[in-house]
Amino acid sequence: MRTITTRRAGALAIALAAASALVACSTADAPGPDASTAPQADSVVVADAWIKAAEDGMTAAFGTIANEGDEAVRIVAVESTAATAMELHETVEDDSGQMIMREVDGFDIAPGASMALEPGGDHLMVMGTTASIVAGDDVVMTLTFDDGSTLDVTATARDYSGANETYEGGDMGEMDHGDMDHGDMGMDHGDMQGADDAHGTDR
Amino acid sequence: MPDPASRGLSRRQLLLGGAAAGAGAAAAIGADAVARVVAAPAATPAEVLHGDAVVPFHGRHQAALAVTPQAHATLVALDLLDATDADGLRRMLRILSDDAARLTSGEAALADSEPELALVPARLTVTIGVGPRLVARAGKEVPAWLAPLPAFAIDRLEDAWSGGDLLLEVAADDPLTIAHAQRMLLKGSRSFAAVRWVQSGFRRSRGAERQGTTMRNLFGQVDGTVNPQPGTADFDRLVWIREGWLAGGTSLVVRRIRMDLDRWDRLDRPGREQSVGRTLANGAPLTGSWERDEPDFAALTPIGFPVIPEFSHLRRARSDDTSQRFHRRAFNYDEAPTAGSVSESGMIFTAVQADPLAQFVPIQQRLSDLDLLNEWTTPIGSAVFAILPGCEPGGFVGETLLA
Repeated sequence: MRTITTRRAGALAIALAAASALVACSTADAPGPDASTAPQADSVVVADAWIKAAEDGMTAAFGTIANEGDEAVRIVAVESTAATAMELHETVEDDSGQMIMREVDGFDIAPGASMALEPGGDHLMVMGTTASIVAGDDVVMTLTFDDGSTLDVTATARDYSGANETYEGGDMGEMDHGDMDHGDMGMDHGDMQGADDAHGTDR
Repeated sequence: MPDPASRGLSRRQLLLGGAAAGAGAAAAIGADAVARVVAAPAATPAEVLHGDAVVPFHGRHQAALAVTPQAHATLVALDLLDATDADGLRRMLRILSDDAARLTSGEAALADSEPELALVPARLTVTIGVGPRLVARAGKEVPAWLAPLPAFAIDRLEDAWSGGDLLLEVAADDPLTIAHAQRMLLKGSRSFAAVRWVQSGFRRSRGAERQGTTMRNLFGQVDGTVNPQPGTADFDRLVWIREGWLAGGTSLVVRRIRMDLDRWDRLDRPGREQSVGRTLANGAPLTGSWERDEPDFAALTPIGFPVIPEFSHLRRARSDDTSQRFHRRAFNYDEAPTAGSVSESGMIFTAVQADPLAQFVPIQQRLSDLDLLNEWTTPIGSAVFAILPGCEPGGFVGETLLA
């Protein structure tokens, strides 16, 4: 039902989806007779996905990830051709009481639970954007689960300046993202409040 | 000292005339006595809440023009930024449509910083209109009527209230809902367009009187009695465009009409009624008893003058050509007075019709040529927009423009 066309020549995986409801597409539609062997991606629905518009460098994507299945699911990776790297990030309080953002190995979502990705909280970190992401663009991201199944999610870009978020880094394209330490990225999260959503929080 | 309730009734007796005075006085005394004798306050009737009322966003037509006008409306005109090309228009209109679809259903918009404010839709509608420059940028031919209206002798137009490339009409029965929706829509569009003007207006609050009651303007007049009603074949014929990229759309003329309340104060009640041709009490034509009575323009006074004067607004606003009609959707405004005055008031008059040149302009010309009401009213703003067709879920308002 979703029509995807390339928006402009050279645009990298930035596609227009006619559907504004951001229904995720997965490889199979129905769980198999044995639920435990059904791909995890099949039981997950991502809604309200959006990405903060960014001229270059870094940004973040948000939305609600619902596990509608009977088994726990674990997201272990996210990627997009719109960025050289993406990471799963959580926001937690450090020893000094400051809220910090850091990469995690996975997002666990219990059956029937949903996880809110939102500014100031957990999010999908986007690093080294390969083209400017402007308001109204659609960016396709692929979530990978720990059983290897994948789910494409289309996030609409929005101008957003809220929650004291500063994702713009310096020369992020040159850096080794795997070792990235937010403390050196010029990000200002020191004042961030209300980032109390833990993974798997029911909404 | 009478309590507020009985004072209110006394004032009401004056307005309703002698016949009601007896009953009103009895009620006032009764209420007073109850308040004094009964220790516990009387049980209040169950509160009727309207906040969750939803006007569906999707459909063949944009929704607002076919609903009973909400209590409040804000019209925002924007000018496109130079960099906004056809692709930018597509992105902007998709964002606006997505925001509008969510907010009108009582859901937060994407990237909504104040999502709690979205939870009371209160019949929120968002109507998207486009001006000639936007249509040209989209690469479509600009309809002949999509241009500033011809100049009228009565006009004293100010740039501050005129023109625009994009119109957002945000209306609801709750002003806080409007303020939030307006901010979300403008945050969503600020990469593409800048605010040109904002006009906010109001009618009676929802629940203050029966829905569908003809509004009163700040002159106290019943205003807008004759108005093709949504849901009728007459309305459909007068309002909707049938062909081309605007099929299912229409046009909106926005006129900001300043009303000089201080000068109006100097006019006596018969003079006020003659200027419009209707009674102030219930809006009945001066030849009738009830608001909906057909005016009798041939009726003469004992000394031979028309009962409804030739110069009255009612007489002048009615054309013999019944195709020269439109649907009106008006809101009062009451702004901070400028130095030395106590009022800066008027009406945001909007007219909806398939073709402004054929339907609206002839009437406006007649009123410009002669209408006693012009003594107290002055058009100070004017704009014409094409109201885009509606869209279905998954689509966006403007998809036919950009197709």
